[in-house]
Amino acid sequence: MTGSWRRLKAATWARSLEFIRDKSAVGWNVIFPVLLVLGLAYVFSGPGQPMFKVGVLAPAGAALDAKLHPFLATPQVQFYREEPGETALHKVQLQRIDMLADFTVSPGRYWVNEQSPKGKLLEQLLRGAGGDPLQRQTTSGAEVRYVDWVTPGVLGMNMMFSCLFGIGYVIVRYRKNGYLKRLNATPLRAFEFLLAQLLSRLLLIVAVNAAVFVACRLLLDLRMEGSYWNLLLLTTLATFSMIAMGLVVSARISSEELAGGILNVISTPMMVVCGVFFSIDGAPHILQIVAQLLPLTHLINGARAIMLDGAGLQQVMPNLLALAAMSAFYLVLGAAMFKWRQN
Amino acid sequence: MPSVLEVRDLVKHYPRGVRAVDGLSFEVQEGSCFGLLGPNGAGKSTTIEMMEGLLKPTSGQILFRGAPLGGHYRERVGIQFQNTALQEHLTTRENLRFFSALYPKRRPLEELVALCRLEEFLDRDTSKLSGGQRQRLLLAIALVNEPEVLFLDEPTTGLDPQARRNFWDLVQGVKAQGKTIVLTTHYMEEAYLLCDEIAIVDHGKIIARGSPAALLAAHFNDSVLELPTAEADKLHDPAACKPKGDVVEIHTPDINGTIARLLAAGASLAQLRIRQRTLEDLFLELTGRDLRT
Repeated sequence: MTGSWRRLKAATWARSLEFIRDKSAVGWNVIFPVLLVLGLAYVFSGPGQPMFKVGVLAPAGAALDAKLHPFLATPQVQFYREEPGETALHKVQLQRIDMLADFTVSPGRYWVNEQSPKGKLLEQLLRGAGGDPLQRQTTSGAEVRYVDWVTPGVLGMNMMFSCLFGIGYVIVRYRKNGYLKRLNATPLRAFEFLLAQLLSRLLLIVAVNAAVFVACRLLLDLRMEGSYWNLLLLTTLATFSMIAMGLVVSARISSEELAGGILNVISTPMMVVCGVFFSIDGAPHILQIVAQLLPLTHLINGARAIMLDGAGLQQVMPNLLALAAMSAFYLVLGAAMFKWRQN
Repeated sequence: MPSVLEVRDLVKHYPRGVRAVDGLSFEVQEGSCFGLLGPNGAGKSTTIEMMEGLLKPTSGQILFRGAPLGGHYRERVGIQFQNTALQEHLTTRENLRFFSALYPKRRPLEELVALCRLEEFLDRDTSKLSGGQRQRLLLAIALVNEPEVLFLDEPTTGLDPQARRNFWDLVQGVKAQGKTIVLTTHYMEEAYLLCDEIAIVDHGKIIARGSPAALLAAHFNDSVLELPTAEADKLHDPAACKPKGDVVEIHTPDINGTIARLLAAGASLAQLRIRQRTLEDLFLELTGRDLRT
């Protein structure tokens, strides 16, 4: 066994043992996401949300208002600009949106899901709005329950917190209490130490969340159209990149308060921007670009694609590649910035 | 004796013009215990951290067996810091195994356990160890790689007197095995007991260097008599009497003669204490300040 491998194995083992024996931390990491998913299942098991959501394909530069079509001024309906392509239609099939209206062709046309009562209601509103008649197109597909849709988001969010706070606080504590200084006096290298922290956390987070996923699948009869192996691959890669992100935050600082502040500044917007609880379709374009730069977005989008649409490796490849690139970037940056001791 | 470590014109400056170490030069001989003695802030820890290879000197040179400290230096030395936290929820045995795995050369665990007397708490969580037990474990960790040089940075600070004495016994055991030791301390008793050679450091400079006995012999030829102030005053010799707290110290090369004079003056010797000069006296003599201020 080479020295580097032996040191990596020893450091991973020691850190894993420390975490596993911390009963309160383990308990919290398992119980919290189960409670959250059960709570959401209960809350969203009642009537659906009152808001109608309509994706609109419009000519470039055209505002989504009554000038384009009087239907777009209908109150209680959220209209948002949708990009042309299969994805938009797929959202109608999954009933994630209630209608897709296309004003880029003449005459205009719209799609509704024949199995969606909300789609039928919207059709009534469309007819009542006046303006040029639109051609009716239909599609079909069973509704995705909110709990099916939100569970990948909730589990992803829990993983993000475990990754960022679990790794960030631990390293800052090690630096503050002098443990890193002690390790620096041994042949252990910074990259080996960081990789060991990453691997021990990775194994634990993936194992815990796999167990939570199985529990949720059994308890809530979650929809799972794709491959479990693909989901595991995506989850592992996403966990790696989010832990590496935590390493960057904790690379230099020695104050737990500062670490907490920075981690909150990162995690709270991620929770909103990455579409944990609500779809960010229709959100401002800049926000959607920011979302693409965050690992949580790729985890949630990829997991939803696998679980809800049965996407294969090829379909989620952009997510996997983005996560791999982020992992490498954050790990190298974290190792380059890393400091063993306080100033 | 060949020197294991050689320190030449070592300087360390910190921002805002702080000169923590200001041109130190000395050698550490193979198999000896070398002590850096000085008050807090004298530059001892900064010096030892540069010798450990953890801190870069501003200028000067440190040679290990005649060569600059290289990439494998850390595999060949053992270090015990003043304060070190360990990973939580791990036992003494697990901590030893972990640190052991970080080195290519490893000393058998049983030997370390026996040498540092860890048997009674080998399977105890390290968060439940007393201060003395903890220092014994940290000493064992510093020895896991069978180091050629053992660095001890104020290893007994904060320990109670009994734990401190137990620790000195352990270090003497390590010394008896022929290990080279570099020690920093502000306890003169510790330095006197453990060190073959000391360098007294103040404001980043060496102000005296040699074996403890030779240094004391070079600077003092007297002993100290301690008496309550009221009894010492009967001698009517204010020049010889130096007040120190509730007592007066009389420094004299002629103990018998001084005692005879005290008896003749009618002083009670019931509370008389006689002591030899210490390294603390030497520091006071050299700097005009107490070692622990």
